[in-house]
Amino acid sequence: MSATVFLFYFLSVLALGSAIMVVVSRNPVHSVLWLIATFFAISGHYILMNAQFIGIVNLIVYAGAIMVLFLFVIMLMNMNADSEPKKNKWLKLAGVVSGGCLLLVMVAALKSAEVKGQLVQMKDGDIGLIANLGKALFTDFVVPFEIASVLFLSAMVGTVVIGKKGD
Amino acid sequence: MKIEYYIVLSLALFCIGIAGVLTRRNAIIIFMCIELMLNAVNLLLVAFSKMHHVAEGAKNVAMAGIDGQLFVFFIMVVAAAEVSVGLAIIVMMYRNTHSVDVNFLNRLKH
Amino acid sequence: MKNILQLVWMVPVLPLIGFLINGLFRKQLSKPLVSLVGCLSVLSSFVISVLIFLDVKNGHTGVVNYFDFISVGKLHIPFAFQADQLSALWLLVVTGVGFLIHLYSTAYMKDEEPQHYARYFAYLNLFVFSMLLLILGANFVIMFIGWEGVGLCSYLLIGFWFKNNEYGNAAKKAFIMNRIGDLGFLLAIFWMVLKLGTVTYHTGDNTGVFDLVSKLSTFDITGITLLLFVGATGKSAQIPLYTWLPDAMAGPTPVSALIHAATMVTAGIYMIARSNILYTLAPVTQTVVAVIGLATALLAATIALKQNDIKKVLAYSTVSQLGYMFLGLGVGAYTGAVFHVMTHAFFKALLFLGAGSVIHAMHHEQDIRNMGGLKKKLPITHLTFLIGCIAIAGIPPFSGFFSKDEILAAAYANNPIYWYLGVAGALMTAFYMFRLYATTFLGQFRGTEEQKHHLHESPLSMTFPLIVLAILAALAGFVGVPEVLMPNSHALGEFLAPIFADSAKHAHAHHLDHSTEYVLMAVSVIGAAIAIIYAIFRFTRKPDLQEATGFGKVLADKWYVDEFYNGIIVRPLNWLGKFLNTYIEKGLIDWVVNGVGRSVNYLSRQVRLVQSGQVGSYVLLMVLSILVFFVIQFFLKK
Repeated sequence: MSATVFLFYFLSVLALGSAIMVVVSRNPVHSVLWLIATFFAISGHYILMNAQFIGIVNLIVYAGAIMVLFLFVIMLMNMNADSEPKKNKWLKLAGVVSGGCLLLVMVAALKSAEVKGQLVQMKDGDIGLIANLGKALFTDFVVPFEIASVLFLSAMVGTVVIGKKGD
Repeated sequence: MKIEYYIVLSLALFCIGIAGVLTRRNAIIIFMCIELMLNAVNLLLVAFSKMHHVAEGAKNVAMAGIDGQLFVFFIMVVAAAEVSVGLAIIVMMYRNTHSVDVNFLNRLKH
Repeated sequence: MKNILQLVWMVPVLPLIGFLINGLFRKQLSKPLVSLVGCLSVLSSFVISVLIFLDVKNGHTGVVNYFDFISVGKLHIPFAFQADQLSALWLLVVTGVGFLIHLYSTAYMKDEEPQHYARYFAYLNLFVFSMLLLILGANFVIMFIGWEGVGLCSYLLIGFWFKNNEYGNAAKKAFIMNRIGDLGFLLAIFWMVLKLGTVTYHTGDNTGVFDLVSKLSTFDITGITLLLFVGATGKSAQIPLYTWLPDAMAGPTPVSALIHAATMVTAGIYMIARSNILYTLAPVTQTVVAVIGLATALLAATIALKQNDIKKVLAYSTVSQLGYMFLGLGVGAYTGAVFHVMTHAFFKALLFLGAGSVIHAMHHEQDIRNMGGLKKKLPITHLTFLIGCIAIAGIPPFSGFFSKDEILAAAYANNPIYWYLGVAGALMTAFYMFRLYATTFLGQFRGTEEQKHHLHESPLSMTFPLIVLAILAALAGFVGVPEVLMPNSHALGEFLAPIFADSAKHAHAHHLDHSTEYVLMAVSVIGAAIAIIYAIFRFTRKPDLQEATGFGKVLADKWYVDEFYNGIIVRPLNWLGKFLNTYIEKGLIDWVVNGVGRSVNYLSRQVRLVQSGQVGSYVLLMVLSILVFFVIQFFLKK
């Protein structure tokens, strides 16, 4: 077993385990922390595929900024394990079963997928490098990039309007 | 690495996210599960991007598959905006109902 | 004079313009202006018709194409007018008699309110337009347009006084009866299109219907001609569709004169005369036409014997005379039939207008039992009416004699039984016409004092048409003097010869020897004379004022044909309608429709519960649906 394969399995198990812990944790703060762990594992996958830029951005934006925001809100509300009301047991079971069924169906569908058996380039390839991505971003994708700034502006305005006290 | 491994991994993460959305009632947890699903898709996009890079690279297309990663970038951008608004809504909801239980939202009906 | 044919479009267009002016501005125009527009448009048409007639007489016939009316695949139906001997003759009759009746109407309808007065003239002009379209059309489709147009105008004019429910019903009856016939006509046109791919009469390159008859099988020709004849029975009031015509007398009297005596009802004869070659090649149809015509002639004549309404007598007489025309067509005497149409147009219009004059003088009294002795009070009307009666009775040298004799002679040559029955009908005609005449004009006045006080001769605009028509009714017969009386003097026959040339080739000529023909004539004339004298003597002194009894009652009640139709057609249909209404419509269809509504209501009340507002259940449903879609997409789709 090469190091790459080993790392792949390790990161996969880490990601899946932390993801499950996100869902099952009673305490929201724990959930956030497990989610951060998941994001780290996913970033690890990115780096394993030599998608350096995405990997780093994922860490900074998701695991850093966004999750801090989550933590901030949770702590603001002073939530703990008991604050969440109990949900109907059967509904919970139904949720898990339907989620599982979806997984089953999609994995089964994979059997006849046409991309089956194609290889993913690991550790190598330069499309994930920041220079190449930047070039593409500022030439071919410059319009969506600029529009993204408008999106941010409107999100900002929206947040302020919603969060304003009193109405 | 074969692509199926990544597909299965992404699907598993995605379905865990779905199961979370279905089983939890805390709005913030549900929100986090949605982020999880988004990340599952991101992972898959990057994997496909690398796969296409190999497949198309053989045909001398130097930057093949780069758009997949740029999509991931844009998804992150949108997700960041989405999170800011979403959390603002949750805070608002909490301020009004002193709860983050999504089932409380059924009073929107009235 | 060659380009006079180019003017042919003006003949129908002028009345159309008159219709538009009178119809659109009926609330603005004053009565004199309306009369002027109405009469002048028809008069100018008449003048052009005369020019065309003279041109055609010199041998300039032709077809004028205007535009493609229908062009579908291989079927091309041009909008074209045909000016030939037959249509020119009919043009003269329609516009000439039409003008006189327009003129007459200005006085007859003068008591109407201005806007109804204008409406009346608008309808009348529209009728003339449609009739001219029917006559001039160079193919069966244009003829059909005119055919429908005159039917519509007939409906509108019968129901002119639409506030009276009975008149409205009479109008509906006429329209529906006509529609039944029209269906036959339409099917015949479809049949022609199917078999020949054309509906044009004649074309320059010999691809018209009449040029291609030889391509049709006997079955096709018989079918087409029978269907055309069904159309003719509707429009020309023959058994079994004749019952609308007597009821159509609900309309104003000039309308009865123009539409239901002189012009529209002869459309069927025109159509058959136009397609004479088809009929000549279909002996079965010819027999049917002759038998139906003769039966109608006799049936209507017997009914007319006992009618007391002045217009009803004339109406049945019209039906009966139309029967003679069909008899003529059936035995191949096309010229005779057309001749009779012409003379009949004159004397029957005359009789109707005379009746109108009487009704006018009597303040809308139509029952002849309340008349009598009008001879002195209405001298002009009396004289002209008498001329009309003599003409229809077939006394030489008045016009009716020549035309009827020609038909009867041809009938004898074809089958003597036709002749015996035909003469019997002619005797009845003479009898009932003079019964009418004697009861109305001779003897003592039997109306109320007030009516007696008001009796007056009609104004000039009414008597002038009477006088003109009386002259025509008296003298028109001389255009067709039979061969025996004066050789080579049948001007009409020579004029129309080109139209019936093809038929003449196919027909087996039956020539009667002269002595037979003299005998036939003498018998019918002497018989008619005896019937006339008997009728005058019998009814001058003692008119039958009481209700008819016994067999007479059967005749007075029109053989109960209307009741019979009511019983076998109208009632079952009503019953079926009621059945469908109660059981199918209300019981089934309403139940289904309401059931759909009810079930949607019920289901939505149930489904509403799903909208709980619980976000969790929504998401769960969403996921399950996605699951279902995936299963369908990946595993169930082949």
